[in-house]
Amino acid sequence: MDKFLDSLFLNTSRIFAITVLVVLVALFIVLFKEAKPAIDAFGLQFLTNTRWAPNMDIFGGYPAIYGSIVSTAIAMLIATPIAIGIAIFLSELASPLVAAIVGMAVELLAAIPSIIYGMWGLFYLAPILKDIWGGSGLGLATAGVVLSIMIIPFMAAITRDAMKTTPDILKESAYGMGATRWEVLKDVVIPYVKSGIIGSIILALGRAIGETMAVTFVMGNAHKVPHSLFEAATSIPVTLANEFTEADTDLYYSSLFYLALILLVISFTVIAIAKFLFLKRVQEKKI
Amino acid sequence: MATVCEVKEEHIIEVKNFSFTYAGADKPNLKKINMPIGKNAVTALIGPSGCGKTTLLRCFNRMHDLYPGNRYDGEILLDGKNILGKKEDLIALRTRVGMIFQKPTPFPMSIFDNVAYGLRLQGIKSKSELEGRVETALKDSALWNEVGDRLKNPASALSGGQQQRLCIARAIAVEPEVLLFDEPTSALDPISTQSIEELVLKLKDKVTIAIVTHNMQQAARISDYTAFMYMGDLIEMGVTEELFITPKEDMTEQYITGKFG
Amino acid sequence: MTRQDRRVLTDKIITALSFIASFIGIAALFWILGVLFYKGFTALNLHTFIYDMAPPGRAESGLRNALVGQLILVAGASLIGVPVGVLAGTYLSEYGGRNGKLAKLVRDISDIMMSTPSIVIGAFVYAIVVAPMGHFSGWAGIIALAIMMIPIVLRTTDDMLQLVPGSLREAAVALGAPKYKMIIQVVYRGAKSGLVTGILLSIARIAGETAPLLFTSFSNNFFSTDLNKPIASLTVTMFNYATSPYEDWIDMGWSAALILALFVLGANITARFLIRKKKGEK
Repeated sequence: MDKFLDSLFLNTSRIFAITVLVVLVALFIVLFKEAKPAIDAFGLQFLTNTRWAPNMDIFGGYPAIYGSIVSTAIAMLIATPIAIGIAIFLSELASPLVAAIVGMAVELLAAIPSIIYGMWGLFYLAPILKDIWGGSGLGLATAGVVLSIMIIPFMAAITRDAMKTTPDILKESAYGMGATRWEVLKDVVIPYVKSGIIGSIILALGRAIGETMAVTFVMGNAHKVPHSLFEAATSIPVTLANEFTEADTDLYYSSLFYLALILLVISFTVIAIAKFLFLKRVQEKKI
Repeated sequence: MATVCEVKEEHIIEVKNFSFTYAGADKPNLKKINMPIGKNAVTALIGPSGCGKTTLLRCFNRMHDLYPGNRYDGEILLDGKNILGKKEDLIALRTRVGMIFQKPTPFPMSIFDNVAYGLRLQGIKSKSELEGRVETALKDSALWNEVGDRLKNPASALSGGQQQRLCIARAIAVEPEVLLFDEPTSALDPISTQSIEELVLKLKDKVTIAIVTHNMQQAARISDYTAFMYMGDLIEMGVTEELFITPKEDMTEQYITGKFG
Repeated sequence: MTRQDRRVLTDKIITALSFIASFIGIAALFWILGVLFYKGFTALNLHTFIYDMAPPGRAESGLRNALVGQLILVAGASLIGVPVGVLAGTYLSEYGGRNGKLAKLVRDISDIMMSTPSIVIGAFVYAIVVAPMGHFSGWAGIIALAIMMIPIVLRTTDDMLQLVPGSLREAAVALGAPKYKMIIQVVYRGAKSGLVTGILLSIARIAGETAPLLFTSFSNNFFSTDLNKPIASLTVTMFNYATSPYEDWIDMGWSAALILALFVLGANITARFLIRKKKGEK
C-alpha cells in the first residue's frame, strides 16, 4: 500500500511539474497556429506595415509594435534613475527604521493591481499632462509616465535587494580607505552588484512591455503611428484588449494572434536575457 | 583597575577613560579603558569572543560611525589629538589609520586598481607615480613576485592568502601611520597565515600595528605588547613575553592557560 | 576648494539627488493611494454589497454580482493552481534535486511564465477554451488565472521546501516512513508558514489581474454563478465602468478598485506578518 501511494505521489507531482512545460509549449504552438493565416497573408511585412484597416482586411503590426517599444522606452528612461535613487536611499542612506517603513511601502505598492495605476493615469495624470503638453493628454508620453510609475516600486525593490547582497565587510573596507559614501557606492557596491541591477532593470522592462491595464486607459487607442508622443496611439497589449472581442473576420482575429505571438516572443527573449545572462551570475557569486 | 605596563615607545595612540556603547545597549560595551599604543610596535588584543577587542579596534578609525546610534565617551588621542570629536574629518582619519578585515575584501576591480584605489581617492592621477607606488606597495606586501606580471587581472581571481596580502598592499599604499588588523588570518590556511604573520613583522618598521586575534600563539609570535580584554574591560596589558609567562592578573593567567574562553 | 572638499561636495550632491528621486517616486505613489482611498470611499456604501450592477443613474446599483463572480473566479483558480503548483514544487524540491535536469528546466520555464504578459495568456485561453465552446465562460477565466498562478506557487513551494533542513528528512526516513509520508508529515509541516505565505501572495497576485479575464470570463451584468456562462468580476467591471462616460459608474469603478486594493494589500500584509512570525520563532 505504501509503495503504491509512494509512486502515486511521485508520479502525480512529476506530471504537474511537467504541466508547466506543456503549457509553455502549448502557448507557442496555439498562438502560432491561430496566427498562421495572418502570417501566411502578410509574412514578415506585418512587422513594418503601418496600415491597420479592418474594414479592408489589411493589417499591419507596426503601429502597435512601435507604440509598445516607445512607451516602454519612455517608461524606462523615467523609472530607471528614480528606482535606482530609491534603491540607494533604502540600502545605503536611510536609517534602519525609515528603510524598513519606506521599503515596506514600496513593496506593497508593487503589489497594487496595475489597473488602478491605469485609472489614476486617466483621471488624474492625463488632465495635468494635457495642460502641460496640450493635445488630448492621451498618448505614448502619458502611457510612458503611467508605466514608469507602475514599475518604479518593482524595480526599486529588486534593485535594493541586489544592492543589499554587497557584504558589509567589503563596504567597510572601502570606508576604511577614507572613501565617501558616494565613492563606496560607485566603486564597490555598484560594480559588485552590477549584473543584478542590470537584470532587475531588464526584468522591469519585460513587465512594462507586456503591461495592458496600466496603459489601455491612457493610450488614446488610435491605430496609427502618431506624429508626436502626445497624440493618441496604441500598443500590442492595448490593441489586444480593445479589439479582441470585435474581431469579426478570420484574418482580423488571426492578425491579433500574430500580435500576441510577437509580444510573447519579445517578452520571452527579454526575460530570458535578464534571467540567464545577468541574474544567474548573481546567484553564483559569493564572497 | 587594569594592570598596564610601561610602553617605552612614543605613544602614537593613547586611549583615555574610553567607553563605547552600541546603539540600543543600556550599558557600555567597553568600559573606561586606558591604554597606550606604541609607535612602530605591534600591539595584540586578545580575549574570549564578545570581550570587546574588535569593538575597540574599530574605534580607532571610527568604523562604528557607519551605523547610527553608537556612542563614544572619553578620549582616544592620535598623535596627541582626540579623534572622537563630532567634527573629526573621518575621511582624513581613515587615510591615516588603515584597516584589514577578517576576510579578504578585494574590490570588484583589477589588482592594480585595488592597490591604486586609495591613491586615486587622494587625487593622484599621474600614471607613473601610481605605477611606482603600486609597485612599492606590492613589494612591501610580498606580492609583487606573484602578481607583478598580471596587474590587469581581476583581484577576485587571486587565492585567499594573496587576496589578503593585496588588501594589505592597498592599505599601505597610502602610507598610513597605523594599521588595524581584525583577525586577518581567521579565514586563511596555515601557510597563508604564516606569510601574513611574516608580513606584519616586516611592516612594523614603517607603520604602527594593532591586531585583534583569537589565536594566542599568533599574539605571542608577532606582537611586542599584548592586551587582554574580558567583558568590555581591559584586564591587563603587558610586554608580550611577560604577559604570557608571568601574567600579573589571575584572570589573564586563567585565560592563557585555557581555563576559560 | 581642496580636492577633499570637492569629494565631500559630490557626495552631498549625490545624496541629495537620491533623496529627491525617492521623494518623487514615493510622492507619486502616495498620490495614487490617496486618490484610491478618497475616490473609493465616495461611492462605497451598503448598496455596493447588496445590489447587482445596474444601468447608470439607478440608486439600487452595486457590485454584488461582480464581487461574487470575482470570488468564484479566484477560488476556482486557486482550487486548480494551489494543488498543482504545490505538488509540482514538491517534485522539484524533493524528487528533482537541486541540479536535476527536469527540475532545472521547470524552474527556468516557471520564472519565464511568471513574467509572461497576462494578456497573452488571455488570448491563449480564448483560443483553447472560448473558441471551441463558442462563448465566454467562467471556466475560461478560471483556467486563465490558474495558468498564471501555477508557476508562482510552484517556485515559492520549491524555495520554501528547500529551506527545510535535510536532517529532518533523514530522521523521518530513518524511522521507516515512506517518502510520501515523510514529505506530507515532516517537510510540509516544517515549511508550513512559508507555503501559506506563498499561496497567499499568489492569490493576491491573480486577484488583481484584469487582462486575462477580458476575453475569457468576459463580464455579466446579472448575478450568475454558472461557470458555463460569462461571469462578472471586479477587475473587468472596473475597466468597463472607468471607461464609461457616466459619473456614477466611474465612482463605482473606484469603489471596486478600493475593495480590490484592500484585499490585495491585506493579503500581502498578512503574508509579511506570517514570515516575520516564523523568523521570530527561530
